[in-house]
Amino acid sequence: MDFYLTALLQGLCFAGIAFGIYISMKIFNIPDITTGGSYTLGGVVTGAMLTQNQPGYIILPAVLVAGALAGALTGIIHTKLKIHALLAGILITTALYSVNLTILGRSNMPLLNLPTLFSVITVIKDINQNSLLILLGFVLIVTLIIGYLLKTDFGLAMRATGNSEPMIRALGVNTDRMKIAGLALANGLTALSGYLFVQLQGFADISMGIGIMIVGLGSVIIGETIITWLRITSVWLSLILVMGGTVIFQFVLAFTLSIGVDANLLQLVTAVFVLIIVGLPRLTGRTA
Amino acid sequence: MIHLNNIHKTFSTGKPNEVIAINNVNLEIKAGEFVVIVGSNGSGKTTLLNLVAGNILPDAGTITIDSNPVTRLPEHKRSKWIARIFQNPLLGTAGDLSIIDNFRLAALRTQNKGLTIGKNDQFKAVVRNKITTLGMGLEDKIEQPIGTLSGGQRQALTLLMSVMDTCKILLLDEPTAALDPRSAENVLRIANNLIKEYNLTAILVTHNLKDAGNYGSRIIQMGEGAVLKDVAGAEKQNLKQNELYDWFG
Repeated sequence: MDFYLTALLQGLCFAGIAFGIYISMKIFNIPDITTGGSYTLGGVVTGAMLTQNQPGYIILPAVLVAGALAGALTGIIHTKLKIHALLAGILITTALYSVNLTILGRSNMPLLNLPTLFSVITVIKDINQNSLLILLGFVLIVTLIIGYLLKTDFGLAMRATGNSEPMIRALGVNTDRMKIAGLALANGLTALSGYLFVQLQGFADISMGIGIMIVGLGSVIIGETIITWLRITSVWLSLILVMGGTVIFQFVLAFTLSIGVDANLLQLVTAVFVLIIVGLPRLTGRTA
Repeated sequence: MIHLNNIHKTFSTGKPNEVIAINNVNLEIKAGEFVVIVGSNGSGKTTLLNLVAGNILPDAGTITIDSNPVTRLPEHKRSKWIARIFQNPLLGTAGDLSIIDNFRLAALRTQNKGLTIGKNDQFKAVVRNKITTLGMGLEDKIEQPIGTLSGGQRQALTLLMSVMDTCKILLLDEPTAALDPRSAENVLRIANNLIKEYNLTAILVTHNLKDAGNYGSRIIQMGEGAVLKDVAGAEKQNLKQNELYDWFG
């Protein structure tokens, strides 16, 4: 049971990544792979600031700003220099590796006995259940903010930018600026996942971003598949399903481990699982 | 309203495929004029329209709109005067967004898209009323993604969207080229009504000489980047179909 509780906690931590990828990939139609770098960035900024005993109300904004900066840089390279988004993302992620290493000072930093987000409030004695409560509250607030944002006039313009660029430009929107803002938002959310995960795990690691892109992408695709199946158009429901995608994803991994699959094969299992999720709708679509 | 002064535009300058798209064109379009532009493929009609819209900037010459110099102004900043209808019905609307969302964005063409939710019941009622005037039965489908509609329906809605916010100039780039004859007729009729009702200055680029004869207060023929013929007023109204065909003889 604890095994699945951990999976649920991890899934909730990754909600930020899933929202980020949902925004860049599904709303803006930009394949942004800054994710790995900005996730680690969020983690190392949290780790470094926690060890320097910075207060939580400074760490959280700092993480968001750091992630947003990384995303904005990818956006600027993509829009102003007209470089393919994939390459822009790779460039920033590569550069971020050095930046992250510099911020952290070493490749791994334990955060034991430091006051984290999860030790601020104790409602339930059990640490994991208490963390779950805090995480749920946190993710709920993030979901509410993003959901509201997407429903505003600005959010509509964002969604239209990814959908029909000529139209929204003719309607007076600077699409370059919109994309930069969108990527900043997406990577700010991704950094938020790093922030949560580092505090949940109790350490920051320079290689924590490896394979994280596929976790986020897989989660979004799970969410999207359900959204298409159920023909959902509501922004709120879509966000909740995308968030649910991360939890399902972690459950599948937890299940794989619980039936005795070698942990070394986990990345392979992840890749195969995402392939199945992506491929399944197409295979069934052919017969339908 | 629109003033083009010695406008020149060359594509692929210095390369073997260099094309002079617009060659020193001077054109003045008065407020309330409905100009129809005809010409063969590659004559520069669409480039001219794009130069006015601002998604292409000229190599030389100046452009003023409503007495404002706009020569170097990007497209999204000219939207305070200009609404556009594209040849491809898919471009004028965001297909994944609902009808009401599309109208909301159109209603903010000249304004900031801020962090408030503007899609309230009052706004929906206004849009529903507007859409009812089309007589297409779309007023009950405003929450539906606009991508589920036909090209003709989308083009008709795009026209309505252009007058959701203050609009002075309407640019129509072969708006009916992708439509069946009946939808095409319908869309042009709606456009013509809106232009009259809102006293818009309009430019219609078309290959359809029948439409060119029926609509507009002035007709311009372009060829090789220059204005070949420019006919307005009573002379335009009396222009016969076969005379128009002779222009292309």
